[in-house]
Formats: sequence, structure tokens, C-alpha cells
Amino acid sequence: MEPIIIEGTPKTPTVKFDSTEGVFEIKGRSIPENSVEFYKPLVDWLDTYKESPLNKTVVNIRLEYFNTSSSKCILDVFKKLEAIHKAKNEVEVNWYYEEDDEDMLEAGEDYESIIRVPFKMIEIVE
Amino acid sequence: MSFNIENYFSDLSTGNTILYYKGNVDSDVINHVLDTVEDKMVAVKEQSKLRKKVYNVLVESLQNLYHHVDRVPEDFEDQTSEKFGLLVVKKVSDGYRIITGNFVHIENVEKLEEKIKRINRSSHEEIKELYKFILNHQRISAKGGGGLGLVDIARKTGNKLEYAFKVYDSNYSFFYLDILVNE
Repeated sequence: MEPIIIEGTPKTPTVKFDSTEGVFEIKGRSIPENSVEFYKPLVDWLDTYKESPLNKTVVNIRLEYFNTSSSKCILDVFKKLEAIHKAKNEVEVNWYYEEDDEDMLEAGEDYESIIRVPFKMIEIVE
Repeated sequence: MSFNIENYFSDLSTGNTILYYKGNVDSDVINHVLDTVEDKMVAVKEQSKLRKKVYNVLVESLQNLYHHVDRVPEDFEDQTSEKFGLLVVKKVSDGYRIITGNFVHIENVEKLEEKIKRINRSSHEEIKELYKFILNHQRISAKGGGGLGLVDIARKTGNKLEYAFKVYDSNYSFFYLDILVNE
């Protein structure tokens, strides 16, 4: 599959979905007014990927901010990962949050409680 | 009969205004406001935790204006703004106050007020559950609005949403949302 590599902007995150390298990451800021436009290609890509996923898919999410519009789209991304996991493939999500950023930690816990995929909460200590 | 939409602010004697905007709320304006307020908070060395909360609340309240404002009444002074909004950011003793203002069509007032009242009478735990429920069950609109903005603001600040509806004429009200972001 062709990888997705998107350079971050002040309002949209850096994204790398590369099944050859086994790297899946979303990082930076996600605050576009209409997040659907941004996230749809990622969700579609995962839809195709789930037909022949790697034995283990590790996804790193490292966001400084995301708006509520993005939060729904991020859930859609997780739902695709959940489908991959349900089909007996290993999936793991690493949810990064900055030291003292309880809001970001809680956001990760929200997703963890909705999505049936193992989550690891990783605190970033600078 | 119109009223002065800025009357609300003349009553706010406390605090120090760091940003004031009145006009069209488009993507560029949102970007500019976010950059300006972020720079000002960094310049006064605000703690990162407070800075982040203010930033998050600004994003949500501005994008609420972007997604939901109703068109201005025909006799209103500003007829060129597609999405007319008012924004004031004030530095207060224990944090920041973010106030937005926009026109709301009379038929939309009740639903909006009910939503705010529901949020305000909920405990912090209930707000978290409400957030998760809407996140998981409500469709995102074509424009990108998710129905989560006000809930998110209440959750992140831990404060009640202060608000007021001032009748403008028989078809319109002007809605003020007044948010305190503190330590």
C-alpha cells in the first residue's frame, strides 16, 4: 500500500501511515474547522489496510491540542483499528501526553473506555 | 428596536482586556486570534497548564461561532460579515475570561438554553459521561460541527457556563457566552 505522509501545519497534524516501515503516527495539533476533510483519507486508508494488516500494528498518537471536531474523526480512526483487532490481529495504541496535561490523559482514557484495543498512556517528561 | 451589543461589556469592570474583536469569524480570524492570545500568554510567562486550557477554550468557542452563528438581522450595522461574532478576552485575577457574542434566531434560543442549563446542572462526572456519549453517538455535521463544544468547555474549565440572551427584535436575540478559565 502507498503510505500516507502528511506534513503538519499550525492547525493540522503530521501523519505517517506506512505499512512497509510499520509506522503509524499522528502528532502535533489537530484544530481544523472541518476535520472530516482532513481525516477521511486516513480512515479510508485504514479501511484498505485492514484487509491485510501487519501482524502487529502499533499506533502512536502524540497531540498537543485537538478540537472537538477532530475528536470525532479520531474516534473513527480508532474504530478502524478496533476492527483490525477484532479480526485477531495485534493492535496497540500509544497515547502520549505532556507532563501535567491531565486533559490529554483523560482524553486518552475516554478513547480507551470506548474502544476495545489495548492503550498505553505514556507521559512525556521534558 | 436595536440595542448596543457592547453594553454587556460596560458592566464588566474587573479585569484587563487583552483582545477585542467584532466582525466576521472566518478561518483566518480564528488563526490570528489564537496566535495573538498564545503569544500574549507566553510573553507574561503563564503556566503551561493554564495556557493550554485557555487555548482549548478559545478554539472551541471560536469554532462554535464559525459553525453556528445565525445571519445578522437586516437592520444591523454590519451587513458584510457572513459569520458575525464578538469576542473579548480578559485577564482576571485568577485566570482569563473569554466572552463571545452572536446573533441567534429566536427559534433556536430555547434549544441552546436547554443545552447550557443541562450542562450547568451536571456534575463533573456527568459532564465526562455526556461528552463520551455525544462523542460515540452523535453524527458529525457536514460542516464539521460535532455537538461537543459547550460540553468540552465546561469539562475543561470545571466552571459553569455563564450566559445571557438579550432580545434584539421579534426575530433575533443576541447570545453572550461568558467563560472563566482559571487555575
